[in-house]
Amino acid sequence: MPPHPDTWLRVTEAGLYCEPGGFFVDPLRAVERAVITHAHSDHARPGHAHVLATAETLALMRERLGEERAGRAQQALRYGEALTVNGVRLWLRPAGHVLGSAQVCLEWRGARAVVSGDYKRRPDPTCPPFEPERCDVFVTEATFALPVFRHPPAEQEIARLLRSVALFPERTHVIGCYALGKAQRLIALLRAAGWDRPIPLHGALARLCALYERLGVPLGPLPPATVAEKEKLAGAIVLAPPAAIADRWARRLAEPLPCLASGWMRVRQRARQGGVELPLVISDHADWPELLATCEEVQAPEVWITHGREEALIHALAQRGIHGRALHLVGRGEEEGE
Amino acid sequence: MSLPAFAELLERLVFTPGRAGKLALLRGWFAGQPDPDRGIGLAALAGELVLRTAKPALLRELVAARTDPTLFALSYDYVGDLAETIALLWPEAAGPARPAPRLAEVVAALEAAPRAEIPGLIAGWLDALDAGGRLALIKLVTGGLRVGAAGRLARLALAAWAGVEVAAIEEVWHGVAPPYEALFRWLEGRGPRPDPAGAPVFRPLMLAHPLEEREAAALDPAEWCAEWKWDGIRVQLTGGPGGARLWSRSGEDISAAFPEIVAATGFHAVLDGELLVVRGAEVAPFSELQQRLNRKSVTPRLQREFPVAVRLYDLLFEGEEDLRPRPFAERRARLEAWFARNRPARMELSPLIPFGSMEELARLRAEARAAAIEGLMLKRRDSAYLAGRVKGLWWKWKRDPLTLDCVLMYAQRGHGKRSSFYSDYTFGVWKEGELVPVGKAYSGYTDEELLWLDRWIREHTVARFGPVREVEKALVLEVAFDAAQRSSRHKSGFALRFPRIARIRRDKPAAEADGIEAVAALVAEAGAAPA
Repeated sequence: MPPHPDTWLRVTEAGLYCEPGGFFVDPLRAVERAVITHAHSDHARPGHAHVLATAETLALMRERLGEERAGRAQQALRYGEALTVNGVRLWLRPAGHVLGSAQVCLEWRGARAVVSGDYKRRPDPTCPPFEPERCDVFVTEATFALPVFRHPPAEQEIARLLRSVALFPERTHVIGCYALGKAQRLIALLRAAGWDRPIPLHGALARLCALYERLGVPLGPLPPATVAEKEKLAGAIVLAPPAAIADRWARRLAEPLPCLASGWMRVRQRARQGGVELPLVISDHADWPELLATCEEVQAPEVWITHGREEALIHALAQRGIHGRALHLVGRGEEEGE
Repeated sequence: MSLPAFAELLERLVFTPGRAGKLALLRGWFAGQPDPDRGIGLAALAGELVLRTAKPALLRELVAARTDPTLFALSYDYVGDLAETIALLWPEAAGPARPAPRLAEVVAALEAAPRAEIPGLIAGWLDALDAGGRLALIKLVTGGLRVGAAGRLARLALAAWAGVEVAAIEEVWHGVAPPYEALFRWLEGRGPRPDPAGAPVFRPLMLAHPLEEREAAALDPAEWCAEWKWDGIRVQLTGGPGGARLWSRSGEDISAAFPEIVAATGFHAVLDGELLVVRGAEVAPFSELQQRLNRKSVTPRLQREFPVAVRLYDLLFEGEEDLRPRPFAERRARLEAWFARNRPARMELSPLIPFGSMEELARLRAEARAAAIEGLMLKRRDSAYLAGRVKGLWWKWKRDPLTLDCVLMYAQRGHGKRSSFYSDYTFGVWKEGELVPVGKAYSGYTDEELLWLDRWIREHTVARFGPVREVEKALVLEVAFDAAQRSSRHKSGFALRFPRIARIRRDKPAAEADGIEAVAALVAEAGAAPA
């Protein structure tokens, strides 16, 4: 009888700990050995002694945290390539969340657990798609675990944005988005929709876009959105961190029309906070149907939920004969992205 | 695909704060949508679409039959709005989507279908729409369509799109009906101007420019008539064979809210006047009239407690005769003669004020302290009645504003060009050692002052609540306003009319700002208005 994962994969104060393997997955504070699903700051914390992740995640961590804080020793693992750590078999599968994002698959004496990190099932031109892995325990997020969250096709939202640009050709459409993942996906979606003009960027987004390009994701011309280029900003689509779109930085823009790209934009009350004029429902997290479909697809009799709206997901899983359990991991962003 | 397009328009209007942005959205709608959908959309936005509506309870039943009760409860709890919860939660059918209904199709079907078929119809449409479309449909069929695009804004957008004066549209507006195909044909040059025939129509009002003290001194008293500027709402009364109507300044039909005025309009004429709450010879302050505004209908109790009357300014039509091209002095004589013959109930003449010199008029203006008087109107004796604000013919010469030295308490960012600036200010006065807010202002300052205030606010923030910053109670603003009124709706017990920032008093310590007793002293007495 294989050992149930709750005997060897435990929730500790520092996060999810694989006891026989002697390592944490996405630990909340600095530890000796960490396996990191992806480079968002609530999953990839600084100061670990040894870090295992995809090469892309390690590169993104070095860019964001600096060489010293991104792990004293870094070890890259390719998707699908297996490794044995103290008798625990470990391999990574794409999670489809952002570039480099991976599910951590663990097997100990015939029992298998998959820690999925953050994920989505929609196609994303900037990262490989999620691959389901059959398992005994599936560890999932539940950011958008309410049936009201059904993300429309991202292409449809981009089309809405471009219609608005046609209607207000003299204004700057400034899209608030997070620096890692969302920004690059938006750029790639815009390129795919035929928007080949330069996309001026807020300074906070430039470095990660450059790194994406070095890692093989083409994004086209991305000049800095500087005051000196003010006349070029009229009629442009500009990307910036959400906090900047209605603040002093935005004064360089031509009558800025603030947009925000997030799964939360599905709910009006959330969208109306902060003066957004064009909410775009574009998310890098699984929506409600994706969460349910994924939990069924991996055929796990038991699903552990790290953070989000556990109650609804546990209820819906029970109706499908799946046992859901809330881990109440602290320190995970309530906000989408980072 | 017109319902999804309408849903997108609604969504954009809800999220667009600025008037210019809303106008652009509406112009896009008129230019891009086919008939009759664009006209139905226009009617829906202008509040002129009369549908047999469904009760929210019906929608709730429909969704309950399709969803898990626990998940519904959790979702409703999270979203907070029933219509939005249903729109978001409605299960989407797998497989190829059915074509979305057209706006015209929905309206026609609701009109014609037997009551028992309505639930099935609505469910079928919901199945064929996405979340935005479902929300628009639910709002439409439950009569809960509320967007910030009132009729006036829709007509302004129509005028801008068609390249005509809004006055031209207002003149025909009340003679056309949804879906306005004749109106669109005319505006696109494909048909004749719709003829309102006998139907009562609104004639655009003549408006006045503000007058400065030194400009007033230069006027020749012989060329001008003066009358009081009453602090009510400007209205137009039309009576004739097609019926009687009361219109607001912007051409909204407000007859239903003031049935006693309509009942008194048993004549054939078009009149310009001011609607006021009047008790005997006493005109009540504007705050009392507010109790009667923005209502779809009125109760007998409200009619008793806030009795209304119209003070007449002008006669535009007598019978079928259009007097608007005639000089003001002639129209006034016709008005007086007409009034003497007809003596309609709930109406009186707004008296002309005799004066020999501009100095004398200035003195009369300065001495007028009654709450119901905003100042003076000066009308050139030879002025024809022209739509809109024509310079040099009519002047409004408001009383000097009142001022108070207040302390800035909170600031909020503006929209559009001001979206990064803290440009909306809440200010207060002292009451028993504490500051109580007395009003909000978002105008009056220069661009330089706005920059300075924005910087000061950022450097003196003590707390943040979403888009609002609370600041140190250290900056005194001189606030100008037209009148102070007692108000039970405000915590301080007072409300200010048209407050604006007159000056930044960097020289004055906050402790020396005004107290609540200074506000009380400025509250004008009701009554005492010269009749």
